[in-house]
Amino acid sequence: MNETLARTCSTGVAAYEPDAYRSDIRPVWCPGCGDYSVLAALTNALAHLQLPPEQIALVSGIGCSSRIPAYTGVYGLHGVHGRALPVATGLKLARPDLTVLVAGGDGDGFSIGGNHFLHACRRNADLTYIVMDNQVYGMTKGQASPTTAADWRGSDLTPDGTGLVPFQPLTIALAAGANFVARCFSGDPANLTEILVEAIRHPGFSVVQVLSPCVTFRPEQRQWKNLVRMAPASAGADLRSAARHLMEDDGLSIGRVLYRGDRAPFAVKRKNTVEVEKLVEEFIL
Amino acid sequence: MVSIVLAGSGGAGAISAATVLLEAAGMAGWYAYMTRSVGAQIRGGETAAMLRFGIEPVTSHDDRFHVLLALDWKNLGNFASEMPLCAESLIIGDPEQGDVPETLAASGARQAEVPMAQIAQSIPGGRGNMVAAGVIAGLIGLPLEALVSVVVKSLQHKGDKVLAASNQALRAGFDAVDEFGLGTAFRLHPGRPAGPGKRWIVTGNQATGLGAIRGGIRYVAAYPITPATEVLEWMGPSLARVGGALVQVEDELAAINQIIGASYGGVPSLTATAGPGLSLMTESLGLAVASEIPLVVVDVMRGGPSTGIPAKSEQSDLNIALHGMHGDAPHLVLAPNSVPDCMFTTHWAVHLAETLQVPALVLSDQAIGQARAVLDLPAEVVFPTRRVVASPQTEGEKYQRYAVTPSGISPMAIPGTPGCQYTAEGLEHNPAGAPSSRAEDHAAQLDKRARKLDLYDYGDAWADLEGSGECAIVTWGSCTGPALEAASRWWRDGAEMRVLSIRLLSPVQPRRFAQALAGVDRVLVVEQSHSAQFYRYLRAHYELPQQCRVFHRAGPLPVRPEEICAQFSQWSNA
Repeated sequence: MNETLARTCSTGVAAYEPDAYRSDIRPVWCPGCGDYSVLAALTNALAHLQLPPEQIALVSGIGCSSRIPAYTGVYGLHGVHGRALPVATGLKLARPDLTVLVAGGDGDGFSIGGNHFLHACRRNADLTYIVMDNQVYGMTKGQASPTTAADWRGSDLTPDGTGLVPFQPLTIALAAGANFVARCFSGDPANLTEILVEAIRHPGFSVVQVLSPCVTFRPEQRQWKNLVRMAPASAGADLRSAARHLMEDDGLSIGRVLYRGDRAPFAVKRKNTVEVEKLVEEFIL
Repeated sequence: MVSIVLAGSGGAGAISAATVLLEAAGMAGWYAYMTRSVGAQIRGGETAAMLRFGIEPVTSHDDRFHVLLALDWKNLGNFASEMPLCAESLIIGDPEQGDVPETLAASGARQAEVPMAQIAQSIPGGRGNMVAAGVIAGLIGLPLEALVSVVVKSLQHKGDKVLAASNQALRAGFDAVDEFGLGTAFRLHPGRPAGPGKRWIVTGNQATGLGAIRGGIRYVAAYPITPATEVLEWMGPSLARVGGALVQVEDELAAINQIIGASYGGVPSLTATAGPGLSLMTESLGLAVASEIPLVVVDVMRGGPSTGIPAKSEQSDLNIALHGMHGDAPHLVLAPNSVPDCMFTTHWAVHLAETLQVPALVLSDQAIGQARAVLDLPAEVVFPTRRVVASPQTEGEKYQRYAVTPSGISPMAIPGTPGCQYTAEGLEHNPAGAPSSRAEDHAAQLDKRARKLDLYDYGDAWADLEGSGECAIVTWGSCTGPALEAASRWWRDGAEMRVLSIRLLSPVQPRRFAQALAGVDRVLVVEQSHSAQFYRYLRAHYELPQQCRVFHRAGPLPVRPEEICAQFSQWSNA
């Protein structure tokens, strides 16, 4: 992958620089937020793929990371909380010619939008879902999310911790039928770019969980840069290895595609065999 | 005209027998109208088809039924209020099924017995419901040949044996009318066939689907719910035939959001649901308002609140349709007022939604949606539907998705259009679409979204007005049929009466309303909701004469024409 990236850059034929995929709107994110790096990695990945910006749509829900479409130069839709996946699915099924990306956070995707996550994995439409996971609701100023550890006591809503088992997005994605699964770290944007390129290229539903620190409400996540490590190559050997790895892992192994399936993406078949005027005929006496 | 109830427990085949009768009536040149009342059980619950046949077009039920034929009684007696009878009525039961339930017998109707199950048993493969269809045909003078031709058409694929059994059962039932001395009191005159292609047989839900596709809908996200499922079931294969698609989704939240995505992509989109589904969709309808994404949601109303009465009708979703969204969220609310009008109103809803870049809610209901009728085929309607889209922008031009225009309508860029990339926003935004919490942007965008609905000329289709005079019935949706029938009784007696049935409920049309009721000094509002939602809506938005009354009640009992007449009679005598 690095070689491919290098080749494109060295030939100098790129019509679209990363900036072609950026808007001039300044993000609302806090200084030091991991989401800046995700935005940069995404625009780099799109420049690598040289997709015309007007052929890309980025759909999101609500939350800090869901603000991302406005910061890009592609078509965007910033919808309601938790519903990015069905919006993106409808768009992709109606407009299969577009490259459709979905972005959001752990609360948006796995709590309020959890049901859609399961069914998006099952449906396997050709989408790339980028989840910026910071284990906290940042936009509402620091409440526990579904990926927060059970004993985190940082919020007045759950002063004794949630007591709930953290949601395991990638294990669930595998079980539900996602066609591409990877975990990355916003602090390694080069690796994130590579994996996003692969995810976008891979047919079907691709899930990329990005550990993206919230320096404001989870300042301890600044330490992630010292704690994350490359997932072992063996983890990505096949579905079984990926599942075993994810179930034994502490959630901080990154940098590798854990699963690449070959399930054909969901698409609607269009026949167009009759004129609209003919439809009434079945009712005529 | 003659009115018949054909009842039986679920699985006994009452509905399919009634459907055969309806189509046969159409073949014989009659008009016909059928609604159904189905209980909660998946199978085995009480099921009744209410039928009305006529030489002239039939648009609603009568006050009472002439004949009640029951294949069995089970708990049919609990639903006597849905099938009013009188001393001149005839109740036909099967002696094997025991006595007529007290609640039905209390009507004083004449009773007769026909051993339908036994007759069916004497025919190899014979079914009681086909015997019953034969009995009704014989009673009302519907030619046996018409019934046979319908059965041949629908059962041919099942082979000669099944066909022969059905035909024999029909004939045996037909002959039983004389054999058991049921009389000739309910015979209709022979029908006047209209010639091929002049009439059709359709349900409201099918007509809704057809109107949607004619309007240009090519993407539907579907989650099943009674009594809207048939809209979706008809649209699935039909959309596929015209190059569109229907996709079943995980819940109603997905349904509304999928069609937001598809419509954002430039494909006119729709979903159909009932009250519980509409409740779930309401937040996202607000997104469609704010981000100016056209779409259509059909709500086939049923008894509420909560799960309510899923298979029976009520006009009680008006409030949520008008006011369900948070914030100031102008949108379209329309309501069909008859089975064929489901086609027109849904077609028009697509046209308006696409033109105005706004969600349209279509409030059908179970009574209309699941009604099946033989009707004159309406002339095809054509609307100049065109979403205003943005052209590719050249270097240096800055596309503004939410540009503040005089009409309030701004060109919408469809993904794929170079140079127009923008983010559709549920956050308040500036004209370019960038999120904004500035008071000025909020005011400008609120004004723009209100203006585009207010300035548009909706024309005469906003309501149907019939009759003249100083008294008026103001109604909507499925109450329109009984209201027109009540009015026709005045007209027949040479009296005057206006009927105003409002199709466009939002935005309101005060000027047109005042015109329609000019010279009226007495208004009776007729609706089917417990809290008089429609009356309160009229009170809020329209000038009503001092003499204004409301006749309202909850579903599932339909409003009967004589009840409307009685309201005016009492009023005159007061």
